[in-house]
Amino acid sequence: MTSVENPVGTAAEAVSSKLVLPRYLRDTDVHPHLDYTGYKSTALRHPKQPLIALPHAFTEITGPLLGEGRLGELDNDLTKQHDGEPQGQRIIVYGRVLDSDGRPVPQTLLEIWQANAAGRYQHVVDNWPAPLDPNFTGLGRTLTDHEGKYRFTTIKPGAYPWKNHHNAWRPAHIHFSLFGRAFTQRLVTQMYFPDDPLFPYDPIFNSVPDEKARKRMISRFDLASTQPDWALAFEFDIVLRGSEATPFETEEDDE
Amino acid sequence: MSLGTTPSQTVGPYLSIGLTWDDGPFAAPEGTPGGIWVRGRLTDGNGDVVPDGLIETWQADPEGRFDHPDDPRGAAAPSVAGFRGFGRSATDANGEWGVYTLKPGRVPDVEGALQAPHIDVSVFARGMLQRVVTRIYFADEEAANAADSVLASVPAESRDTLLAVPTDDGYRFDIRLQGDGETVFFAL
Repeated sequence: MTSVENPVGTAAEAVSSKLVLPRYLRDTDVHPHLDYTGYKSTALRHPKQPLIALPHAFTEITGPLLGEGRLGELDNDLTKQHDGEPQGQRIIVYGRVLDSDGRPVPQTLLEIWQANAAGRYQHVVDNWPAPLDPNFTGLGRTLTDHEGKYRFTTIKPGAYPWKNHHNAWRPAHIHFSLFGRAFTQRLVTQMYFPDDPLFPYDPIFNSVPDEKARKRMISRFDLASTQPDWALAFEFDIVLRGSEATPFETEEDDE
Repeated sequence: MSLGTTPSQTVGPYLSIGLTWDDGPFAAPEGTPGGIWVRGRLTDGNGDVVPDGLIETWQADPEGRFDHPDDPRGAAAPSVAGFRGFGRSATDANGEWGVYTLKPGRVPDVEGALQAPHIDVSVFARGMLQRVVTRIYFADEEAANAADSVLASVPAESRDTLLAVPTDDGYRFDIRLQGDGETVFFAL
């Protein structure tokens, strides 16, 4: 009989079998360094002290399980959120959310945001001379289904200039935010489109050190999933950190 | 292990379009007895405020439990009705953020010993290619803090950066991304 110490006297909830705590695989090599000289704004926004390893305990292996309550009816169709149709190329963006062991991540919240077809965000800070679209906000949300699948309808965002260096342009992209099922799995990334000619010039895309990892941010054009006479389709699978189950040793186990 | 994970990218300057909720700051329902505001300022390596950041918080309920199936003790419905345990707050023009919550209970560490009450924090911003992770501890939990294995792993001279200090309506926890008084960040 093992039990986890509990400060509020719920010893009656003692667990009879060995407790199992998932341990999430560390994937540090996949992600960009916080200090990346090509992206100038990183200079004052990265820690200089070494990071301290945080063991994966209860707070880390759990996370918010955000459900239908976060969704509005039209949140997964960014082309229907206003009275009229937005300008631009209508596209379907779909795929699966998996962990690195290939297991689907079901019922997890995805949030996306993006520029309009002209490359302009519906945001007070974005004021470059491209038109806003009164029929496009650029915000989407959905939950994955039981197989980890998700699907949005939106319009293809445009590229846009930014001030990082002379004549800097961001390749067209859609921002993706994912929770997974644990604090360790939280991920914010960007989805790109195949064969974008701006890839070689974009420090944010190229901040990912490994070429194979960079390519995992590029969606795949999928003719089979297009809707004839309606919308093109791009497939984008997202892979979160996997976990292995390890026995959770309580103090009493050591006795 | 078979599939490579998807790399992180910055939230960029327009994160508020996608990542802000009207009820984001409320990890506990407004007006919950015992509710506290945890507030702070996010600053960069020059000491300038970061007005385009996002703070997210995740924590146990006041009983030290999680409403989550991976908690090896079993999922526990929140001990306080409507408690979400998750808060998110974009920083304002002054770099200020705030989350309304309840002080978490103690939960075990990986060795089974109790940790001090803590809140896990993610920080996102333009200019950050991935989140950084830190923890809020509470300065008025001296005994529990002294016995906490994670705090013990942090160099003594920078431990104070993880301590939220009491205020009139809760606690204050400033986050310095770089430089003097740099907050301790964790590798997850």
